[in-house]
Amino acid sequence: MSEPTSSVERLRAWNANAVAEVIEYRGETTVVVPRELLRATAARCRDDAATKFNLLTDATCLDRHPYEPRFEVVYQLVCISRREKLRLRVKLYGNDPVVDSLVPVWPGANWLEREIFDLFGIRFTGHPDLRRIVLPDDWEGYPLRRDYPVEGYRDLPEMPLGFTKRSI
Amino acid sequence: MTTVETAVGQAKTMVLNMGPQHPSTHGVLRILLELDGETVVKAVPDCGYLHTGIEKSCEDKTYSQAITLTDRMDYLNPLGNNLVYCMAVEKLLDLQVPKRAQYIRVMMVELQRISSHLVWLGTHAIDLGAMSVFLYCFREREEILKIFEMFAGQRMMTSYIRIGGVALQPPAGWRERLEKFLKYMPSRVDEYETLLTKNRIWMGRTKGIGYISAEDALALSMTGPTIRAAGIPYDNRKLFPYSSYDEFDFDIPTRTDSDCFGRYMIRVAEMRESLKIVRQAMDKITDEGAIKSDAPGIVPPQREKMKTEMEALIYHFKIFTEGFSPPAGEAFVTVESPRGELGCFIASDGSPKPLRCHFRAPSYINLQALPKLVEGQLISDVIACIGTIDIVLGEVDR
Repeated sequence: MSEPTSSVERLRAWNANAVAEVIEYRGETTVVVPRELLRATAARCRDDAATKFNLLTDATCLDRHPYEPRFEVVYQLVCISRREKLRLRVKLYGNDPVVDSLVPVWPGANWLEREIFDLFGIRFTGHPDLRRIVLPDDWEGYPLRRDYPVEGYRDLPEMPLGFTKRSI
Repeated sequence: MTTVETAVGQAKTMVLNMGPQHPSTHGVLRILLELDGETVVKAVPDCGYLHTGIEKSCEDKTYSQAITLTDRMDYLNPLGNNLVYCMAVEKLLDLQVPKRAQYIRVMMVELQRISSHLVWLGTHAIDLGAMSVFLYCFREREEILKIFEMFAGQRMMTSYIRIGGVALQPPAGWRERLEKFLKYMPSRVDEYETLLTKNRIWMGRTKGIGYISAEDALALSMTGPTIRAAGIPYDNRKLFPYSSYDEFDFDIPTRTDSDCFGRYMIRVAEMRESLKIVRQAMDKITDEGAIKSDAPGIVPPQREKMKTEMEALIYHFKIFTEGFSPPAGEAFVTVESPRGELGCFIASDGSPKPLRCHFRAPSYINLQALPKLVEGQLISDVIACIGTIDIVLGEVDR
């Protein structure tokens, strides 16, 4: 058997369960990873001498509410020496938005995951400092979820001069 | 309230709250510093004072409406923000941009890089006590802003780069104006260097300050001049060329000292490289040619056509009432902003509004390395370190 060449093939050869699905779109490769295997897969991507995705450039989340599994946490990896990009993705159900943190693999994931926690309410187990980052600590709700209204939930104080009080 | 756990015994250290209203944080950033005498033991940055929910607002707007929001994130690099957003939408649509528009984009973005580095240099120097550099830097920046005004009608929030091309044809007389600027600018960069590079106070305040190793910088996802000063030549313009950058001849300056002085030298060198790119782009831009791709239903039709053609009028109406719907899918595009890798991730569900629009803000991700830079240094060096990361709080908080 010949040596697998592409990064996805190498991942599959390492652990066939780690690659649940591969999406190719507009020249970008996305690997859907089962939740339990995320940290191991990420560490493998970084440490495998042939793939060597040494830079975690971005992490974000998207919400497909009302469909389930609604959350998709997305990690963008870059291999600088081979000029290659790879996207890892984990799908999470709305009643259990918990996933392993990647801070032990890339310390740079710290603030990226804090932002996702702050705005989507995803819990990262093993994160050293999971606090809100852009919103005040006493904020209620997670604004970037699709069921959170764009105007927010707050009420305006009583308005003078005949303006009616309404939900902004 | 953010609380700090003291790293060493309670008796010796004190906690100092720097910011959020501090002139050297270039915006509203709060840093909790735990001090042992004048030495920083622990630093905890606290951001979010400028959070405006731009990503949420994007989800409520059509694709073309959101361009004006992107201007307002990194307000020193509005054209770069326009570019990354438009390129992400173009990738979703699989839309090709005419070569001439690509060169105009490159030229504008490189001018923006010079202007951003000028603001950085001026404010960083003023933080460290060199007053006059600020005045010289803003003199040249003013000229760049006037060139932007000429092209787009606006000095700062230009929204000049649009989906499928750029907004307007280059104005009459732009070549002469730019030629004049390119003629004197290299000597002005020399002038800044004579004021700072061998200045003993400047070297004392920056050399050996805020060191970070290449491994740490990479692990913390740092990009831009900070990682290039650590010796890693990571630049999207070379590694993943976009907008025809592969046709331009320029170098990526790198250094190995990885301190505040190294990052200063990198940015000065980048200004010279950007001038080279602007010159080449100017030569490549022809006097006549298309500035928008031919994509009815996505790019608004010309005014004249709307008055004579029924189809054009219908497309115009559809674009501005309903917008256009890219196929379901997602795209992640990165460009090199003056601060580092600026990325835009857009997911579409096939409707006229994005399902998710996320920006990878280089200032935000570089800022998390601040504790690594300042811990163990003196409190006065915190200011130098914040300065050389070059944060823009509008982009950090979005």
